[in-house]
Amino acid sequence: MLEIRNLHAKAGEKLILRGVNLKVGAGEVHAIMGPNGSGKSTLAQVIAGRDLYEVTEGEILYEGRNLLELSPEERAREGIFLAFQYPVEIPGVSNLYFLRTALNAIRKHRGLEELDVMDFMELVRERVKLLGMNEALLERPVNEGFSGGEKKRNEILQMAVLEPRLAILDETDSGLDIDALKAVAAGINAMRSPERAMIVVTHYQRLLEYVEPDFVHVMADGRIVRSGDKELARELERQGYAWLEEEAALAQENRS
Amino acid sequence: MNTAVTGTATGQESWLALFAERERELANECPWWVHGLRRTALARFAEIGFPTTKIEEWRYTNLAPLTRTVFTAARRPTGHEQLPETWLDGLDAIVVRTVNGYPISGLGQRGLAIRSLRQAWQEQPELVQNHLARYASFDRHAFVALNTAFCEDGLLVEIAPGAVLDKPVLLLHHLTPGGETVASHPRVLVLAGANSQANIVEAWLGPDSAVYLRNSVTELVTGEGAVLEYVRLEMEGDQAYHFGAFHARQGRSSTLAVHTILLGGNLVRSEVGVVLDGEGASATLNGLYVGKGRQHMDNYTTLDHARPHATSLELYKGILDGHSEAVFHGRIIVRPEAQKTDAIQRNKNLLLSRDAVINTKPQLEIYADDVRCTHGATVGQVDADAVFYLRSRGIGHQEARRLLTLAFAQEITDRVQPPALREHLAEELLKRLDDPVGVTP
Ligand SMILES: Nc1ncnc2c1ncn2[C@@H]1O[C@H](COP(=O)(O)OP(=O)(O)OP(=O)(O)O)[C@@H](O)[C@H]1O
Ligand SMILES: [Mg+2]
Repeated sequence: MLEIRNLHAKAGEKLILRGVNLKVGAGEVHAIMGPNGSGKSTLAQVIAGRDLYEVTEGEILYEGRNLLELSPEERAREGIFLAFQYPVEIPGVSNLYFLRTALNAIRKHRGLEELDVMDFMELVRERVKLLGMNEALLERPVNEGFSGGEKKRNEILQMAVLEPRLAILDETDSGLDIDALKAVAAGINAMRSPERAMIVVTHYQRLLEYVEPDFVHVMADGRIVRSGDKELARELERQGYAWLEEEAALAQENRS
Repeated sequence: MNTAVTGTATGQESWLALFAERERELANECPWWVHGLRRTALARFAEIGFPTTKIEEWRYTNLAPLTRTVFTAARRPTGHEQLPETWLDGLDAIVVRTVNGYPISGLGQRGLAIRSLRQAWQEQPELVQNHLARYASFDRHAFVALNTAFCEDGLLVEIAPGAVLDKPVLLLHHLTPGGETVASHPRVLVLAGANSQANIVEAWLGPDSAVYLRNSVTELVTGEGAVLEYVRLEMEGDQAYHFGAFHARQGRSSTLAVHTILLGGNLVRSEVGVVLDGEGASATLNGLYVGKGRQHMDNYTTLDHARPHATSLELYKGILDGHSEAVFHGRIIVRPEAQKTDAIQRNKNLLLSRDAVINTKPQLEIYADDVRCTHGATVGQVDADAVFYLRSRGIGHQEARRLLTLAFAQEITDRVQPPALREHLAEELLKRLDDPVGVTP
C-alpha cells in the first residue's frame, strides 16, 4: 500500500529525514517509536503533504502511484489521514461544519453522493458514541479551547467519520487518561480491517497493549534504525534508547 | 459635461459653479432657513476646500483624482427608473427607497413615520430645524458641507416614543448615473423617541463601470432608553467614490449598535461619530471592510464620551486582497465629566495578498481619570497551519482559505441584525473575494 524509499527531507536548511525506508501493506499496523526529535512527526507530515518540508531525495509510492505529486487534499481524498500530534485550533469554524465539508469533499472525489445534514448527523452520532465523546464538542469551533484529551479524541472522530485507507496517528495516545486511552484504542481497533493500514507513532508501550502492532520500528536521527515485532516495543520500554548511542558509536568506529 | 481633468482649485470651483447653476431651483419651495443652511455650508466648503493628505484625519487617503473630477448633479427620478433587484428585496422589512437621493416612497404605520425631508420641512419646519445639521457638523468637513449645500431632499424617519418596531426598516439608496459623471448627496435624519426599539438597515447600491460620487450623510438621535440596531451596508459600483458620514447623539441609558459593512466602491470613506450624551448610554461600533483590486477603504470613527457611566465597544475587522488599501482611524474622546467610562477598541486585519496595505491608528483623548480604555490592533495572514489542517482532511486549498476568511468575518456578520442578513452578507463577501477581477490596473 505504502512504500517509502530512501526518503530525505529538510525544513529550511535543516536536513531532518536522512534516508527513510518503510513498506506498509494493507491490513498491517506499524508502530514507529524513537527519541524526541528523531523525525517521526516530520515523516508523518511529509506523507500528508505539508509544504514546510522539502523532499530532496527518495520517493513515496502509495498504491503504486507517486504520492509526492499529489496535493494534501488529493492525498486525503485518496484515503490518507493524519491524526496530528498537535491538532490545530480553528476559531469560527464549527466542528460539525468542518467535518461535513471534509467528508463531502472526499465522497465527491470517490463519486459518491454528498450527505445531507440529517444523514451526516446520524453517522456522526454513531461514531461519537463509539468514542465516548462529548457531543457538545461538535457544535464548538474546531479544537478551540478543547482540552488535550478532547483534541486527541476529536482526531480519532475525524478518522472514524472519514474512513481512510491509510491512517497515521502521531502520538494520539499522549496526554490521555486511562479511559480516554481505552476509548481511543477502541476507535482504532474498530477501524482495523484487511483493506486498511495504520502507522502509529508513539512513545509508550501502553497503547500497544490495546492496539497490537504487526511491526515496530525505531527511528533515530532521521532514519529507521531497527525494525521488529511487538517484542521490540517491550524491549524499548525496559531499556530506553541508550543502546542507540552505543550503536552509533560502533558504526562510527567501523567507518574509521 | 463629463470628466474634465484640471487643477485642484478648478475642482473646487466646479462645485461652486454647480451650486450657482442650481441655486434657483434649490431655493424653490423651501423655507428660508433651509436655503440659508445650504449657503452657509457652501461658503464653508469654499473656505476649507477638499482635505489633503497633510491633514492628519486624511493622511492615508489621497483625494486628488476626485478633486480633479467635474461632477454634474444626479437627476431627480422620473419614477420610470429600472432599479436592480438584489437579495435585499427579499428581506422581510419595511422598505423605503431613494433614487439619486430623492425619496420615491414614504410610509406610515403605527409608531413609525417616514417622510421626504422636503415634505417634512414644509409641514413641521421647527422639528426639522431642531435637528438637521445639528449632529453632522460641516464646520471642518468638506464632504458634509457639500452634502448640506446640495441637500435638496432626503428622508426623515421618526420612531414614536415607546414604539417597538416588529420589522426592520430598510432604507435603500439607488443611483442612476444615466451616462454622466454624477454626484448624489443622500440625506437621512432619524429621530428615535424615548424607549423606542428599532432595527434600521441603510444600504447604498450603484451600478458597476460608472464613475460617480455618492456623498451621504445620516444623522440619528436616540431618546432616553431607546434601543437601536443600525446597519450601514455599502455596496457601490466598482468605480464609485463613496463618502458616508453617520453621526449620532445618544440619550440617557440608550443603546446603539452601528454595524458598518464596506464591500463595494473604488474609493470609500466611512465616518461614524457617536456622542454618548447621556448617562449610562452604551454604544457598539462594529465594522467589516472587504477590499480587493485597487479598492481603497478608509474608516474614521469617533466615540465621544460626554457623560459618566457610559460604555463603548468597538470592533472593526478588515479583509484585504489584491492591491487594496484600507485605513482604520479610531478616535475615543473621554470628556472631563465622563467618569466611569468603559471603552474598548479593537481592530483586526486579515491580509490575503502581499500587496494589500492596512494603516491602523488609535487615537485616545482622555480627560477624566476614573476610566477604563483599552485598544489594540492586529494584522495577520491566513493561518498556514489551519489551511494545512483543513487540506489534510480533503478540503481543497481555495475552499480552505474561503472557510478561514469567512470565519474571520463571522465575528462581525454574526452580530448584524436582522439575522436574515447574515447568510447573505457571507455570500456577498465570498462572491467579491472569489471574483477573478482581483487586480484592475
Ligand atoms: N519546520 C521545521 N523547521 C525547523 N526544524 C524543524 C521543523 N520541523 C521539525 N524540525 C526539527 O526536526 C527535528 C525532528 O522533529 P520531529 O517533530 O519530526 O521529531 P519527533 O520525532 O516527532 O519528536 P517528538 O517525539 O518530540 O514528537 C527536530 O529537531 C525539530 O526541531
Ligand atoms: Mg512528534
